[in-house]
Amino acid sequence: MTTLTLSKALNAGLRKAMENDPKVLIMGEDVGKLGGVFRVTDGLQKDFGEDRVIDTPLAESGIVGTAIGLALRGYRPVCEIQFDGFVYPAVDQIVSQLAKMRYRSRGAISLPVTIRIPCGGGIGAVEHHSESPEVLFAHTAGLRVVACADAADAFAMIQHSISCDDPVIFFEPKRRYWDKAEVDTVSGAANALPLDRAKVALDGTDVTLLAYGPLVRTCLESALAARQGGPGPGGPGNGHSIEVIDLRSLSPLDMETITASVRRTGRCVVAHEAPVYAGLGAEIAARVTEQCFYHLEAPVLRVGGFATPYPPSRLEEHYLPDLDRILDAVDRTFGY
Amino acid sequence: MTVEPGGATTAAPHTYEALQPDQPGGLVQLLTPEGERMEHPDYPLDLTAAAIRDMYRDLVLVRRIDTEAISLQRQGELGIWASLLGQEAAQIGSGRALNPDDMVFPTYREHGVAWCRGIDPVKLLELYRGVSHGGWDPKEHKFHLYTIVIGSQTLHATGYAMGIQRDGALDGDRGEAVIVYFGDGATSQGDVNEAFVWASVFNAPVVFFCQNNQWAISEPLEKQSRIPLYQRARGFGFPGLRVDGNDVLACYAVTKKALQAAREGQGPTLIEAFTYRMGAHTTTDDPTRYRLASELEVWKLKDPIERVRAYLVRTGQAEPEFFAAVDAEAVQVGARVREACRTMADPPPLSIFENVYAEPTAILREEREQYAAYLDSFEEAGR
Repeated sequence: MTTLTLSKALNAGLRKAMENDPKVLIMGEDVGKLGGVFRVTDGLQKDFGEDRVIDTPLAESGIVGTAIGLALRGYRPVCEIQFDGFVYPAVDQIVSQLAKMRYRSRGAISLPVTIRIPCGGGIGAVEHHSESPEVLFAHTAGLRVVACADAADAFAMIQHSISCDDPVIFFEPKRRYWDKAEVDTVSGAANALPLDRAKVALDGTDVTLLAYGPLVRTCLESALAARQGGPGPGGPGNGHSIEVIDLRSLSPLDMETITASVRRTGRCVVAHEAPVYAGLGAEIAARVTEQCFYHLEAPVLRVGGFATPYPPSRLEEHYLPDLDRILDAVDRTFGY
Repeated sequence: MTVEPGGATTAAPHTYEALQPDQPGGLVQLLTPEGERMEHPDYPLDLTAAAIRDMYRDLVLVRRIDTEAISLQRQGELGIWASLLGQEAAQIGSGRALNPDDMVFPTYREHGVAWCRGIDPVKLLELYRGVSHGGWDPKEHKFHLYTIVIGSQTLHATGYAMGIQRDGALDGDRGEAVIVYFGDGATSQGDVNEAFVWASVFNAPVVFFCQNNQWAISEPLEKQSRIPLYQRARGFGFPGLRVDGNDVLACYAVTKKALQAAREGQGPTLIEAFTYRMGAHTTTDDPTRYRLASELEVWKLKDPIERVRAYLVRTGQAEPEFFAAVDAEAVQVGARVREACRTMADPPPLSIFENVYAEPTAILREEREQYAAYLDSFEEAGR
């Protein structure tokens, strides 16, 4: 076991993937000498050369479009999009080209391209640097969409994404890049959960709290605070035993793990930074309602961003779901 | 390669007549509209009579397939068709210049290039009938799927070419190169300009083959550019040239040379094939709303097939029996395409769910099962 930040764990995972398969390439803006603006690719160009760690011209559609061409030639490119809000110029290449190629070719073509996107807010950034566009991609058939929440998963999930024969949109919680955790860098990827499985991050009995990416930590903190709140009304979370599930895979959703939990707890809250309106929580709420109808004690509630653009950073603490807003939603599920 | 010196920034002479081969920026031309063989110092060409007769056959057959497809659309057998009428020489000339290992990235109109890559024309019809999104294996034919979003494939081609570099597959005649097709309208797309940047800075072995057919649906070239398109290359730092797109020999010669340069590590070339879309954009289009019939009449005089026929006849390289045999073959090919199209079966409903992912996801399996049960319920009800 090694203690690593999430950013270093991704770096170690990328390094492993490049060592294991000479077809793995890294491409993006500033990924070479600089090591990326978050240093996720630090040192990789020095060790693997400019042909495998490619500083690209500054154009996101070009990054993804040429990655598709390289994948057609048998490579496994890992693209870095510098910030969430910069992915939109690449949306045609991702949605119309990358996602559909296997289908269009009736299985003749695989495009094993991974697109890494630092996502979410909470770092006091200027606009276009704090967004959560995951649902755009989750809505697109042919893409796998995943989000890591901690260093150990980051190390394993980036390797699983690269070895996956489907295109993967890989969301990284940028405000958690510096969070440390124990990472098994020897057998971590081999022993990790498959890419399309959710995991129970904290066991509980009263309510199921679903999150992914940056809000997993917030939800774990909420669950611990609720328990410390003690039994009876008044304390935060009212002493409820909250089960926290880290979704990990946003498309496809691991409904088996979700419904197994909700059938036990009878209550479900979904939290994400993205706007609640037409967000991933809506899909989960609909499916949980359909599949767990007779087990539910309350409607599935959602906590998330407002139906607004991302606000100036001095207001982001109001926009981002925090411990209190999450526990408020948990409490409300007991009001039915 | 010809790079136009000086920076022309005024509106360009966009008419064929103004582009005499002996003028700067003029067309590379090896066969005049009248069928007279020209020499060009940069493009010596020594093709056998048999090779030129083969190209003539290609031109006639792909035009026949195209004509047949238009009829099939009119009769309701195809949903739509994008005609190549008028662009046969640009496609056959460039297509025949390819080595077997070269990779092609087409638009949705490259039926002539598909023909050169050995793709059964019936496979092309699948897309336009709505039976598949592309019926051929791109790897088998080294001919990618048709790309409908304008210009997107130029980046795929450039990335593929970067892969050739990384594979060490640049090796002169034995090496590999990429050719990507697009039109005059596509040159305004961001992706095409990004592909130019990428190909340039990485010196990628890719030939950008722009068929300037003068019209992007209803918009004339002047809506896309104030300079001749081939001059765009100069700003990106690689050679550009303009060829008579209705001259199959010139298209063959310039493409051959550009591909060879790419294979030798000299990087990209932009070829502007100056041609004309003689038909509608697609069968849903009505060109009478935006262009004059007289324009079409002028271009008919520069027909890509007639000049080859005139040349073969004048030089005694083909007998009347040859032309009769090609015409008879065209009738046969047309009949076969027609019959195959009319009897083409719809895919089974549950194939909708196939090949979305390497393995179907739980959600896809569930939807498939539910829809299968729904379909079965009709059969049970009917019993």
